[in-house]
Amino acid sequence: MSAPAIETENLSKEYPHGFLNLKKRTSLERLSMQVEEGEIFGFIGPNGAGKSTTIKLLMRLIFPTAGSARILGKPISDIEMHRDVGYLPEQPYFYDYLTAAELLDYFARIHDLSAAQRKERVQTTLKKVGLETAGKIQLRKYSKGMLQRVGMAQAILHDPQLVILDEPMSGLDPVGRREARDIILDLRREGKTVMFSTHILSDAEMLCDRVGVIVGGKLRGVGTPGQLVDVTTQGMEILFELAGPCTAPLLAKATRTGDRYRLQVPETGLYDAIEQLRAAGAKILAVARVRATLEEFFMNLVEADRAQAAAVEVSGK
Amino acid sequence: MKRAGVVALNTFREAVRDRVLYNLLLFALVMMAASIIAGQISIGIEETVIITLGLSAISLIGLLIAIFIGVGLVSKEMDKRTLYALLAKPVRRWEFLLGKFGGLALTLALNVAAMGVGLFLALVYVKPVFERGDLTVLIAVYFIWLKLALVVALALLFSCFTTPLLAILFTTGIYIVGLYVQELRNMPMQVMSPGMTLFTKWLSYLLPNFENFNIMAMAAHSRQVPGALIAQNTLYAAIYCTMVLTGAILVFSRRNLK
Repeated sequence: MSAPAIETENLSKEYPHGFLNLKKRTSLERLSMQVEEGEIFGFIGPNGAGKSTTIKLLMRLIFPTAGSARILGKPISDIEMHRDVGYLPEQPYFYDYLTAAELLDYFARIHDLSAAQRKERVQTTLKKVGLETAGKIQLRKYSKGMLQRVGMAQAILHDPQLVILDEPMSGLDPVGRREARDIILDLRREGKTVMFSTHILSDAEMLCDRVGVIVGGKLRGVGTPGQLVDVTTQGMEILFELAGPCTAPLLAKATRTGDRYRLQVPETGLYDAIEQLRAAGAKILAVARVRATLEEFFMNLVEADRAQAAAVEVSGK
Repeated sequence: MKRAGVVALNTFREAVRDRVLYNLLLFALVMMAASIIAGQISIGIEETVIITLGLSAISLIGLLIAIFIGVGLVSKEMDKRTLYALLAKPVRRWEFLLGKFGGLALTLALNVAAMGVGLFLALVYVKPVFERGDLTVLIAVYFIWLKLALVVALALLFSCFTTPLLAILFTTGIYIVGLYVQELRNMPMQVMSPGMTLFTKWLSYLLPNFENFNIMAMAAHSRQVPGALIAQNTLYAAIYCTMVLTGAILVFSRRNLK
């Protein structure tokens, strides 16, 4: 059995702060998780939750206070690990005096690619991220979205086995986001492992085989989006129209959108509600199950975390 | 080590594409022109005035480049976060630092050489016939480059653990104190306490002796430079740069990026 693409064990990061750096602020607390080979893993959490800290620890841009991590079976302190890993930093910025083609050529040299390989890979990658016509323009003239594409290009330039993307959709317009999603899906088709952080939950739901939810520096759940949100039905929703005036008491609970009404009822009370509405002259258009979304799961965690933080603050006083 | 070379060439390319560098070169050329004019109004000592002014200009401009660009080598990369994508590739932090140092040292070598050629042309203008002693000017330019390499190493070290402003102040401070190391050694020890005497003595050997690299007077009077002095200064700069860069690597290898 092959080793997980990413494996962390009690990975923690504290930053000193305050007068004389005597206080400690915990950015990441005992993170233990695995990302399996060939999967798309979404790392989701609000701003400041510890997503970027985790990724920077994995990339050795910062050093852990405690714990360990392995990437593709190698400890993260092994520089050779970086040969098979591509990384897109959050809000990437590159040498603005270079053109995109020059920047990619520079990074390809760092990866020890031959001249022929460099030429081929630079052209292919620029085309893949939709920058083939802008390759000879200096990066200082690039928009934020274009820089994000360059960032994506340098992450996949050397055909890595594992690609770690920190907020890859950030700063992209809808077309750019669609293209970024396509690149991520292409990587999975090629058998690569992708881990990306995001706070855009629809992206995670759409792309990820599994997601990890991190809030307040702690991992709160790992699983498929379906496992994380409650798979049981939260209730039923009835969509209906009214032909004339209606006095049914249920109507007070319905939400009106144009000529149509939506009414949420418990599963057990569905038939009773339908009968009442029909008796009142309503035309039933649709009945559907209501399921919790990843967003609801996420917001519940965030609110619980805020409540806990507030409680700690009050007890501290 | 090959990767350090790749980083060095990119650092050199950055400096070449940086317009500030061209402005400084233009300033150097203006200084050369000024030295010719000054030479013409200094009857009988044109050569001395041109060499003194020219070497001072090369040294001053080189110092500005070495300190300001040297401090920015690492701090700018950290502020703009251009470093992140690079260090996530198979490049070690010491390779990055060495590359940065090498790139600026190469840039300075070309700048100093270009300014040296300007000075040489100014000398040709006032003195068509050359003697062997006139070659001392070239050695003086080489010594300036050694001194600048040492300044770059110091700027790099300070920028690894402090803010750019403080790094500029520290580097400039060490440079100024380093010009008076000989005076520090010659201080009248009998008026100081034994502890202070020992401290001053150690400090004078710990600080870089920048005055070693100043042979302006020898160049101005066309005196030949002993080969031993060239070897000694080259070795001194190499050892000191190695020590300072080792310190920079030790600090930077443990540094958390923001």
